[in-house]
Amino acid sequence: MSKILIRGAKVLGGEPQDVLIDGQTIAEVGVGLSAEGAEVVEADGKVLLPGLVDLHTHLREPGREDSETVLTGTRAAASGGYTAVFAMANTFPVADTAGVVEQVYRLGQEHGYCDVQPIGAVTVGLEGKKLAELGAMHESAAGVTVFSDDGKCVDDAVIMRRALEYVKAFGGVVAQHAQEPRLTEGAQMNEGIVSAELGLGGWPAVAEESIIARDVLLAEHVGSRVHICHLSTAGSVEIVRWAKSRGIDVTAEVTPHHLLLTDELVRTYNPVYKVNPPLRTERDVLALREALADGTIDIVATDHAPHPHEDKDCEWAAAAMGMVGLETALSVVQETMVDTGLLTWAGVAERMSFKPAEIGQAKGHGRPVSAGEPANLTLVDTEYRGSVDPEGFASRSRNTPYEGRELPGRVTHTWLRGKATLVDGKLT
Amino acid sequence: MQRHLISAADLTRDDAVLILDTAEEMARVADRPIKKLPTLRGRTVVNLFFEDSTRTRISFEAAEKRLSADVINFTAKGSSVSKGESLKDTAQTLEAMGVDAVVIRHGASGAPYRLANSGWIDAAVINAGDGTHQHPTQALLDAFTMRRRLVGRDAGIGQDLAGRRITIVGDVLHSRVARSNVDLLHTLGAEVTLVAPPTLVPVGVETWPCEVSYDLDSTLAKTDAVMMLRVQRERMNAAFFPTEREYSRRYGLDGDRMARMPEHAIVMHPGPMVRGMEITAEVADSERCTVVEQVANGVSIRMAVLYLLLGGNEPALTHARTTEEK
Amino acid sequence: MDSQQDTQASDARPVLEGPDIARVLTRIAHEIVERAKGADDVVLLGIPTRGVFLAQRLAAKLEQITERKIPVGSLDITMYRDDLRMHPPRALARTEIPGDGIDGRLVVLVDDVLFSGRTIRAALDALNDIGRPRAVQLAVLVDRGHRELPIRADYVGKNLPTSLRETVKVQLAEEDGRDTVLLGAKQTSQ
Repeated sequence: MSKILIRGAKVLGGEPQDVLIDGQTIAEVGVGLSAEGAEVVEADGKVLLPGLVDLHTHLREPGREDSETVLTGTRAAASGGYTAVFAMANTFPVADTAGVVEQVYRLGQEHGYCDVQPIGAVTVGLEGKKLAELGAMHESAAGVTVFSDDGKCVDDAVIMRRALEYVKAFGGVVAQHAQEPRLTEGAQMNEGIVSAELGLGGWPAVAEESIIARDVLLAEHVGSRVHICHLSTAGSVEIVRWAKSRGIDVTAEVTPHHLLLTDELVRTYNPVYKVNPPLRTERDVLALREALADGTIDIVATDHAPHPHEDKDCEWAAAAMGMVGLETALSVVQETMVDTGLLTWAGVAERMSFKPAEIGQAKGHGRPVSAGEPANLTLVDTEYRGSVDPEGFASRSRNTPYEGRELPGRVTHTWLRGKATLVDGKLT
Repeated sequence: MQRHLISAADLTRDDAVLILDTAEEMARVADRPIKKLPTLRGRTVVNLFFEDSTRTRISFEAAEKRLSADVINFTAKGSSVSKGESLKDTAQTLEAMGVDAVVIRHGASGAPYRLANSGWIDAAVINAGDGTHQHPTQALLDAFTMRRRLVGRDAGIGQDLAGRRITIVGDVLHSRVARSNVDLLHTLGAEVTLVAPPTLVPVGVETWPCEVSYDLDSTLAKTDAVMMLRVQRERMNAAFFPTEREYSRRYGLDGDRMARMPEHAIVMHPGPMVRGMEITAEVADSERCTVVEQVANGVSIRMAVLYLLLGGNEPALTHARTTEEK
Repeated sequence: MDSQQDTQASDARPVLEGPDIARVLTRIAHEIVERAKGADDVVLLGIPTRGVFLAQRLAAKLEQITERKIPVGSLDITMYRDDLRMHPPRALARTEIPGDGIDGRLVVLVDDVLFSGRTIRAALDALNDIGRPRAVQLAVLVDRGHRELPIRADYVGKNLPTSLRETVKVQLAEEDGRDTVLLGAKQTSQ
């Protein structure tokens, strides 16, 4: 296979170095490298990161191919600098059997833009009643290690306890969508000052926090580990911080949009801002940033949730919840965490590649940028600033809350095991 | 400039007083042998009702007809909407028929705002009640009724409600009437107190320009007007209060409570009343109860709003707060 | 109103002063009594704003002459204007019809300036929705010409030949603090 020499890249934001890729592997990292016959990519001071890993993506296939497919979703991922994504189980049919997860896994391999690691449902049909065949999904070709009913909460405490216990047998992890269902009946947005004024059903922070509190205690009790999806409130941060200080094996994620946007945007009644969990307040946003910086929140995960135009071009109550995020995630993280001085680029690599790969056990991903490692890499032009144009998205859907917003940073190159999936901002 | 009436909070004090003054002149048309003005001749108004509300619809319809507008009534039941057609498609279909204004009632909070701001249609949008958000013409007719009774028909011209003490009692949480009234009455200088069991007051109410009390008796003695909100029986099943009997004992208005109000104080209700729940028959039928007057005033207020939004080449109201998206 | 075009004070000159206005109103009152044969069924309706004050003054003079109470009211024509769609909606003025109504009566419309005639056309439409007078007549303080409709006044205080570049502004003590009719040049747009 061919050689690629990336010249003058700030590896993890450090001093400029050259990185030589030989075939699927990083051959050498150093200053003043040369290689005969290698294709040269002038990085010119851009930042080189390990390929990003998203622990929370909705690819919609099978069932909702009108909003996204494995192909369009993985192309969007490559565009955003990702080399691996974990595909959520809430498809039609639900990914609750070995057959469905193997199909999704195989489609990802065939398209070759980004590794797709399916997440298995915790319960049959996401109904929260009966455990799905977790072991069979783990033993399948897809090798599922992460289980989640995302979109729905595993609200039955006994089912949650059993799931936490059961996955210990093969080192799996349950990722909880923390949302107490009774407290969120008819909920449309964060419950607070804005919901009171707009007359939209309130989604109290306590509906998230009470489930997280319960689940960290359950994880402690049964000696398992638990992952909390898309933390959105300052109170949730406090609970996770407390749990970690107590030695409970809990990890947590935050989405880019919860690091940037607040419920004030709902005043427009534009459903592009309708998302689950809902946009919260400024105070929550600041607490989430701080928690991501100090490690209380381990990772950034996109919760990329594509929806067709008509599901957002309507009144608020009728609209679907969710936002696309793969193609803007790194820019939002730069805006909220790097440009604010809260995180270094090494810190970004930790939270968007190393750690998510570790939580999800994505083999070959989230590895250091050093000789002998798989060449999963992302090159970012951090000096770039531009406004978001959804028309340029690789995703099949356009439901971004950032349309027209100026954001920093742009992924120019992505390599998946040495093969370029994105060159100069264009998909291969 | 805004061409729509979406929220009572969008009205400045001067806009609101102009609407009330205009309504006072409109009210006099009702006393004439020919209760009709040629003002909106050739303009088409559609009453787009996604929720059943015969009262509000016929009130708007009467107002539109008195101003000589062509009226199209569109109710969602049995229409293409119940077959899954979207609000956007329905609105665009109507606009294709040459509609100048859409009066919309919708169960989803924000639907009129969406209709006005999403670029779907060009017509003016008048909110006739959306979800638990706003019902601005109801607030205007309530303020009109208060001004007539507390300040006077002629003495009220040009005046607001400065210093008047208004108490709103009942299911504030689910009430667009309460939200609209708090906004408008505050703009007009009144002092508003909400009274309800804590379960029926929204989280976040602390930023509203009003007081909140859980005790009806202590507020009634210093009230110029009390507005009783309808309390739906199904709220009881969702544990907002234990029983109907307990609710009406603590928060209902009966003859004894009414007697403790100042002599000039009036009792208002947006209708339909649930007699025996929030109001006893004795109070509902008393001289001090303005329910029937409110209905008549509703037509005058809606005539005023229609005239001021549609009567000229541009609206006469300068909305202070709402800005169109992009 | 025709009379409410803004006039720059600097170049406006009075064509009628307070005593002139009082004198022509007295004359019009006598003409009404004469033509209406005693004026026993006359109802005066002023067109807001200044027509109402003129109607009230005329009524007072008629009462002096006839020693009877003369019904006087106001007729707002805003909602009947033919140029509604050319301006933002205007605030409405009061329409006040005297208690016995106008059916079978002689209605004398009173306005300050007669110009295009469109205001009077609107007033006739408005009257139509209120009742059926025996006859309708028109009294104006100033007729400045330039009619656009086949309308004429029955009683005119002063015929004032003007050009379209000129403006006529009537000021009355009740509204403006003094009685005068000013003739000025139209302001050119800045």
